Amino acid sequence: MRLSDLDQAMLAGEMGGIRANAMRHMVEVGGFFDAEHLVDIGQAHIMADTEALGEVGIAYLEGLAEASWEERRVLVPTITDPRGADFKAYDRIRQDRAILRLEERARDALQSLGVMMTDTCINYQTLMPPVKGEHLAFGDTGVCIYSNSVFGARTNFEGGPSALAAALTGRTPAYGFHLDKHRHATHRFAIGADLADLVDWGALGALIGERMGSYLDVPYLEGIETADSDQLKHLGAAMASYGSTALFHIAGLTPEAGGALDSSSDLPVTRLDRSDIEAYKARFAMQDDGLDVVVFAAPQLSLMELHRLGQMLEGRRVADGVTLIAATNPEMKSAADRMGVTDRIEGAGAILLEGVCFYQMHARELAAANGWQRLMTNSAKLANIIAGYGYVPSVASMDRCVASAVAGKSV
Amino acid sequence: MSAIIQGHPGIGRGVFEGEALCASDGFSARYDLDLERGVFARPGHQLHGESFADRIIVLDIAKGGVASAWMLNVLMQGRYRPKALLLNKANPIMAQGASFAQMPLIDRFSVDITKALKTGDRLRLHPVEGRVEVLQSEEREELV
Repeated sequence: MRLSDLDQAMLAGEMGGIRANAMRHMVEVGGFFDAEHLVDIGQAHIMADTEALGEVGIAYLEGLAEASWEERRVLVPTITDPRGADFKAYDRIRQDRAILRLEERARDALQSLGVMMTDTCINYQTLMPPVKGEHLAFGDTGVCIYSNSVFGARTNFEGGPSALAAALTGRTPAYGFHLDKHRHATHRFAIGADLADLVDWGALGALIGERMGSYLDVPYLEGIETADSDQLKHLGAAMASYGSTALFHIAGLTPEAGGALDSSSDLPVTRLDRSDIEAYKARFAMQDDGLDVVVFAAPQLSLMELHRLGQMLEGRRVADGVTLIAATNPEMKSAADRMGVTDRIEGAGAILLEGVCFYQMHARELAAANGWQRLMTNSAKLANIIAGYGYVPSVASMDRCVASAVAGKSV
Repeated sequence: MSAIIQGHPGIGRGVFEGEALCASDGFSARYDLDLERGVFARPGHQLHGESFADRIIVLDIAKGGVASAWMLNVLMQGRYRPKALLLNKANPIMAQGASFAQMPLIDRFSVDITKALKTGDRLRLHPVEGRVEVLQSEEREELV
């Protein structure tokens, strides 16, 4: 691997032991994937919730925080993925105080490195969108696939330790989606369905994701003429969750679709229609109409989604025995507070959380503490993940989810 | 007589020895393992109930999301830890996590590693060269 003078200086410890370790990590990972060099990055996004970090991960961050400011500070703007608890609302959903203490320790350690605690998986909608061609070290898979596909930025899936190493060096190894050769389509899909609701976009993402065989597979979609940011957010998040997919192209819509088929115009075409989307949703059909919790998250809700949820809940009341949770980031929560959206949502007995995204907030313990099992959501990504935490999920439109929460049973 | 299986240069410096624990399933640090008991705990997994402590886990592909990167470190700092991981195909998160956790990892072999090895084989790993030595193999005489 060719290293710049600055890379070599960092590796040699001339900028402190923390940066030397970070550079060693990137050289090792880059070597594993045959990277020829490192590239400068514009931003880093770190997944560092306490469920993933564990006690040893928190202690590791605290160890970094003990170094001098010059040695420990991140070198590029660095932001965080949702954390494991909402400091302002943890007690409303019976989260253990001990979890909060862990979150506080992780937050303090990350802040001491100069990390901005944005606690969001919708940074591309709400903070600073990536730019075409910009190299990034982004953590959450939904953030990565959106940044690569919709903006034409360049990032791999970066686990917490690698995103942090990138932040501490301003560099990342040039493999995978940083390279032109991996951004061409490998699979081709003709979409024959009218995608009305966000859950349909998530279902389509799931159907495509589960047909992908490996990380470097890139689907190319035809037949979608228009889309908004929330629709592509749900499409990408589900695709990444089901398929470990990090990049898609949509003919006529996304910035790199134009040349994506250049070397592969004879790819076989898989057709996906309304019946496939309905069949996906039917996989989650419940035995009875029982319902414990309705969740809108994964990804966090945009202001538009919150606004719509507020309108749906106005004048209605979530039934006793059912909990309705929506999750967003602190910026959109603040906007929702200011615009009366939070009042409309919480006035109906629902709970609007900030800085969390449900499945990363010790969901198994939450289920035990609240007696939750049957979960309804409009997120295909959440439905995919949450069964692993002991829930029985089903998917439906936001309308149907809200109607069910109000009725106290799945409708 | 030791046989050699060649993979892609991997993660980890040094030479590592241990006993293989093989199956053709995938590997997720987050969903397949019970770190408290040191066993594979996901009911559908072919290694369900098997102890991974001090063994070299040999499986097909890496699974699981971004959280796996931190969780491999939790695994390798815990009471029960595997010696190493051999996969047919790792992904970036698994490679990043293995590097951070100092967990030896080799993948991309010239053969299907889950078929070339069997549980109980005694292995010596050279991750820098991507080389696996099979120190004892009862049924096969040669592997390339």
